[in-house]
Amino acid sequence: MSVLTQTAGPASTLDIETVRRDFPILRREVRGKRLVYLDNAATTQKPQAVIDRIVKYYAEENSNVHRGVHYLSEVATEAYEGARKIVKDFLNARDVKEIVFTRGTTESINLVAQSWGRRNIGAGDEVIISAIEHHSNIVPWQMICDEKGARLRIIPVNDQGELSLDEYEKMLGNRVKLVAIGHISNALGTVNPIRKMTELAHAAGAVVLIDGAQGVPHGVVDVRDIDCDFYAFSGHKVYAPTGVGVLYGKQALLQAMPPWQGGGDMILSVSFEKTTYNSLPYKFEAGTPNIEGVIGLGEALRYISGLGVANVAAWEHDLLLYATARLQEIEGLTIIGTAADKASVISFVLEGVHPHDIGTILDQEGIAVRTGHHCAQPLMMRFNVPATGRASFGLYNTREEADLLVEGLHKVIEVFR
Amino acid sequence: MSDLRELYQQVILDHNRNPRNFKELPGAMRKVEGFNPLCGDHYTVFLNLDGDVIREVTFTGSGCAISKASASVMSSTVKGKSTEEANQLFDTFHSLVTGDTSTVDAGELGRLAAFSGVSEFPARVKCATLAWHTLRTALEGEQESITTE
Repeated sequence: MSVLTQTAGPASTLDIETVRRDFPILRREVRGKRLVYLDNAATTQKPQAVIDRIVKYYAEENSNVHRGVHYLSEVATEAYEGARKIVKDFLNARDVKEIVFTRGTTESINLVAQSWGRRNIGAGDEVIISAIEHHSNIVPWQMICDEKGARLRIIPVNDQGELSLDEYEKMLGNRVKLVAIGHISNALGTVNPIRKMTELAHAAGAVVLIDGAQGVPHGVVDVRDIDCDFYAFSGHKVYAPTGVGVLYGKQALLQAMPPWQGGGDMILSVSFEKTTYNSLPYKFEAGTPNIEGVIGLGEALRYISGLGVANVAAWEHDLLLYATARLQEIEGLTIIGTAADKASVISFVLEGVHPHDIGTILDQEGIAVRTGHHCAQPLMMRFNVPATGRASFGLYNTREEADLLVEGLHKVIEVFR
Repeated sequence: MSDLRELYQQVILDHNRNPRNFKELPGAMRKVEGFNPLCGDHYTVFLNLDGDVIREVTFTGSGCAISKASASVMSSTVKGKSTEEANQLFDTFHSLVTGDTSTVDAGELGRLAAFSGVSEFPARVKCATLAWHTLRTALEGEQESITTE
């Protein structure tokens, strides 16, 4: 299953003390207070295993991949391709050829827009996204629709932050070429019914891309079960380094797509008359890749798999329920996004206090939250707020940290009283 | 809490709660929008000039307490000043909030001195100066919107 549910789920057996010790940054103080890191939807902290793996790569294995016949190049290539196998297993993809390494979710989506989109979207065609997308799943489609004279259509959202499936179904006519939907909303925490939405899109003959930037960190992702055509995610939101991401694509689709960027590694042979492109997935990996990032990503996924992805999801779900209940006790606080199916991301506004001021005051308490529009300005407009505060919980957060957040918010109220 | 009290001084909290000149100015000679795309602060500054003298400044929009209070204090401080005086005041104010106090004459600042605590919060300098940047653009009279990025 690819979804989390709002009702209390199975108890987690996560050994939180051990887990917290795995993340060295959690031991540091910020402004004289113990760090309470609740900005995991922006980026996650890195476990020692990932840090060590990158150090080992540079200390013992550093070389370019797919190039030399020398020993280190073989070792580096093996580590790099080993990470691809880990990603393939993590997503339950059919083949490593379906796993393309990119710079992140944004690049993955742009790759599909520029390569698949340019070839398959034409004048009068339609692309469907939703009202709760991150800018990275809006702008690439606007660009290609503008270029081709296609129409971008938006699935509306209700006051709880849930997409209207009725409206979605009505939109799915034969002009629709592609549906691009976030797995989990970074701003609201809504878990979208992507399996059902994919099924509906396929029935209408459309291709489906899932923006999984927030999906992979919060639950089991099985691309075969979802049956989506593309799935994009970033390493740094799932305890891996920044600058690395993944595009999963069904083999037949990737095969038919033209390369996006040209350069080294994506070719079989080059002459000034004709260049033959490399096979999958290398066709889409021009230039020397982020080798340390890819190896770090493999290690991060191995780490999470060791804890148990479902176990992590259950732990975070408990935090979501607990923190939601505690936050609701605060007078004047409103949670934006109350979908029945939610991940551990809580957006909120506090009467009479701008989120930016909340962020500054919480920071003085060592509490890191995000404040702003969360790269989802159309969504902020829909809910008629200029910005929100957002606490997003990761696998190392605790109920005690939710309590500290609540205490911090009482300090905010005190300053502004 | 002491740094926070320095930042959120009573003058700021008061101007945030009851911003002065917080209205549109129909038929204004100049109207400029200012954005801080990072945090979503967004104000429109309206300006009427009498020759080189600022006759009236009003503003609308939304943002954090620092940005709103700054816009409010600014709007009442620059009224009656010449363009050059207003620009000079902005330079002084900018020095104050960025912690470059060597050149700041406290007497010149008046209520603007309430923003001295901002210098301890580098992330908030843009909030304190957004309205001022917008006003400067309005005084120059060439653009209709600016951003802090």
